[in-house]
Amino acid sequence: MSDLLRMRDVSLTYRTEEGDVPAVRDVNLDLDRGEILGLAGESGCGKSTVASTILRLQPPTARVTGEVLFEGEDVLTMRWGDLRALRWAGASIVFQGALHSLNPVRRVGDQIAEPIHLHDPDISDKKVEARVGELLEQVGLPAARARAYPHQLSGGQKQRIMIAMALACRPRLIVADEPTTALDVMVQAQVLHVLSGLVHELGVGMLMISHDLSVLADLCDRIVVMYGGRVVEQGPSKLVFGEALHPYAAALSAAFPRVGDPAARFAPSGLPGDPPDPADLPPGCSFAPRCPRAIDECTRALPELRSFGADRQAACIRVEQP
Amino acid sequence: MSAAEHEATDEHPVRLSARQLARRRRRESFMRGWRTFRRNRSGMLGLVVLGLFAFIALAAPLLASAEGLEVTKATGGVLEPPSSEYWLGTDDQGRSVLTLLIWGARISLFVGLAATVISMVIGTLVGLISGYSSGWSAAVLFRLTEWFLVIPFLPLAIVLATVLGRSLFNIALVIGVTSWPSTALLIRSQTLSIKERAYIERARVLGAGRWHQIRKHVLPNVMPMVFANTTLTVAIAILAETTLSFLGLGDPTRVSWGSMLEDAFQVGAITTGAWWFIVPPGVCVVLVVLAFTLVGQALEEVLNPRLKGR
Amino acid sequence: MSLTTAPTAVETPRPRRRSYGRYVVGKVAGSVGSLAFVLVVNFFLFRVLPGDPARTLGRGRFSTAEQLAEFNKTYALDQSLPQQFVTYVKNTLTGDLGISLKYRVPVSDLILDRMWPTLLLVGTSTILAAVIGVWLGIRGAWKRGGAFDKVSTGSSLTLYSMPEWWLGLLLIAVFAVGWGPIPGIFPTGGLHSVEADPGTLSGVLDTAWHLTLPVITLTLAYLAEYSLIMRSSLLDELGEDYLTTARAKGLRDITVRNRHAVPNALLPTTTVIALSMGYIVAGAITIETVFSIPGLGLLGVEALEVPDYWVLQGTFMVASAGVIFANLVANLLYGLLDPRVRT
Repeated sequence: MSDLLRMRDVSLTYRTEEGDVPAVRDVNLDLDRGEILGLAGESGCGKSTVASTILRLQPPTARVTGEVLFEGEDVLTMRWGDLRALRWAGASIVFQGALHSLNPVRRVGDQIAEPIHLHDPDISDKKVEARVGELLEQVGLPAARARAYPHQLSGGQKQRIMIAMALACRPRLIVADEPTTALDVMVQAQVLHVLSGLVHELGVGMLMISHDLSVLADLCDRIVVMYGGRVVEQGPSKLVFGEALHPYAAALSAAFPRVGDPAARFAPSGLPGDPPDPADLPPGCSFAPRCPRAIDECTRALPELRSFGADRQAACIRVEQP
Repeated sequence: MSAAEHEATDEHPVRLSARQLARRRRRESFMRGWRTFRRNRSGMLGLVVLGLFAFIALAAPLLASAEGLEVTKATGGVLEPPSSEYWLGTDDQGRSVLTLLIWGARISLFVGLAATVISMVIGTLVGLISGYSSGWSAAVLFRLTEWFLVIPFLPLAIVLATVLGRSLFNIALVIGVTSWPSTALLIRSQTLSIKERAYIERARVLGAGRWHQIRKHVLPNVMPMVFANTTLTVAIAILAETTLSFLGLGDPTRVSWGSMLEDAFQVGAITTGAWWFIVPPGVCVVLVVLAFTLVGQALEEVLNPRLKGR
Repeated sequence: MSLTTAPTAVETPRPRRRSYGRYVVGKVAGSVGSLAFVLVVNFFLFRVLPGDPARTLGRGRFSTAEQLAEFNKTYALDQSLPQQFVTYVKNTLTGDLGISLKYRVPVSDLILDRMWPTLLLVGTSTILAAVIGVWLGIRGAWKRGGAFDKVSTGSSLTLYSMPEWWLGLLLIAVFAVGWGPIPGIFPTGGLHSVEADPGTLSGVLDTAWHLTLPVITLTLAYLAEYSLIMRSSLLDELGEDYLTTARAKGLRDITVRNRHAVPNALLPTTTVIALSMGYIVAGAITIETVFSIPGLGLLGVEALEVPDYWVLQGTFMVASAGVIFANLVANLLYGLLDPRVRT
């Protein structure tokens, strides 16, 4: 089975006192083994929410429609027992480790060992200890670090612990949710190096989520750009980063200056305005209020995702067929 | 709206002074806070109960004659059960329990509030200074606060009441002096976190003096928390006054809910089943303390929206 | 299969015992400091007395000038204040807490005599309250807003707003005296029945029977605060990210709660229990009064009548020392539970 992850028309709505808030609208996503897919967008665009559905971790107040197919089975309607078996052993998540994704009062080694014990109840303690040491070395940390508590580790070290933890049960799919945010640049480079190496060595599929398009462009094979809960562009990463079709994707890639490109130093970058409030979306295209290329027609209807070549899609009526 | 605002027209919009702007902004945030408070049902219920008891305390002379407190003028029998004449029966001296209850509200509430004022003044001052200053004065104050926190309240209150003598003021003083440390710690940690904020540094660079900073920047940010804490402190103070009176440390010439219960205990109202003497004062204490607690919790919710819906 | 990039400088985590040892030393030093402060406060409290100290402190005991002089010498009452303080500290540290005016025996004897009923009463109630209160708080927080939570929180708030001794009076009235259909089966007070010999098994049961209502009263009074705090702490923890990590690993919800959320939520609860020691002492005093239990609390209250200053000073010292010690234990326990304070 080569299809690892298939999302079909996934929509997620939060039920609040003030009414229904659409956080994710009709997202379609494909990911295969050995592939790195980037998911880009500003904070609040729904990318982390989309990823949370892969392991059915969305909050209980959320209503999800559509299908999230992991190796052919729909995660959203799976039986509880099958879902628990899938969690971590089929797919795992690398959370932002620099913050509070680790239990502060337990040793990091125990936290890495926890899913191993859970998914293989008969395994011996010695084997688990050996495996934990092996995982730590894979991410470039000495095995003795397993005895440390989270507060004794630096941000970069904690992030590597999160990666080691995510690999513990040999998953086929890894979701990396903002793995390098809150890390300084040098550490960022190290962590990304570890991640890309792992994908190629272990043949896993990786969904990398970030608001930093330059990070994704480097690492990912393909990129999906989200805005206001919808996919607005997707395609090969070089093209999405270098020659974006959708005005938002173009602005996003322009926001990160390219060293060595003299034109970039003079070109205006950055977007005016704020991301849309999901509880109060503007009519038509959600990006229209901030778009430099918007016209009247943009506010009349939601632009469909149209194809522009073999593996290129954009949701904008202002893009002409090449 | 001020007169200047009334005269404003579209062509000549009034330019508000900095102070007027600040006042309007404060009023808006107060209205917002009030609306959030209103949505908290238990907080509103507490406020209503407090209003009721405040009314009873203030209007005591109208509701029950002060003569009813005098032992020499008592006309009822000893520990009579409730009747049409005495709605809550009589105490061991023949006085109407209802009258005692109404007048007792005054003492209990008054002492509670007075003690709270003392406690909050000391606690806020110590908290502000130990939080804001650096250097040995802050360290000494903090150490002092921690030490006082360790001393158990009731033994200290008993000793102080014995040494100072039994009067309303002394009781309020004793409670105030023994309950300021927890407030001081709270204010101190809040002051510390405000001190970290960038605008304090900027003000300092601009040459603002220490007291100016405390008054203009730290105090307005700390006051809401002080306010919420005050409400909870009153609850504790009222409980403390009731307990001290029950143990016989209150003013023997004044009637409070605690002293009523002390009488009830001393004359064996429990064994004789005179429930009308035991239950009502306690119920009043519970209602008032619960009301203050609910209001205090609702205020905390207004300040810290994260707590909403608890 | 190793992808080692240059690892960051290898520091072995400091051995656990050494950092905890340092933590213990720090806390013990703090406790000693607090004790010293209490000694000073205790000393000065009673020197605020009006009138001649010997006359007030030795009231009614001396008829001759020699006895008065002897008394003065022992307690250095005729000397300067600093001298008095030194004598006082020396006496206290050697266990000489004065002579009771009421009972005419050394205060230290009285205290030792009456200590165990208090410890029994307070110890049992605190442990029961901590266990039950924490359990109530956990269940309430986990199913927040449910029927159990509403009833539990409402009752806790009401109990918390109630003077514990009033609850005791009500329980006596209903269960010891009897009210309506409910028979009064419990004793109304005291620690032993007159005929009972505390040493025998039946005597022990008799003591336990006498302590039942007092322990129930104190337990209810204490657990209200503990359950409210535990519930609040757990609700705070439930929003934390590491719980999402735990759930993502495939753990059952109950395991996520008990293995991850609760140990973290217990930390602020432990702190609060430590801070409430003063309240626990107050409870001992009032409940012993209401139930006539001959413990330290009742001793202190009885001393008010005379007033028996040496007893008051002694019980104040013991109460404060007890709170300081209990705080120390709670701090040491906290140091075991939270690795962050050890480094």
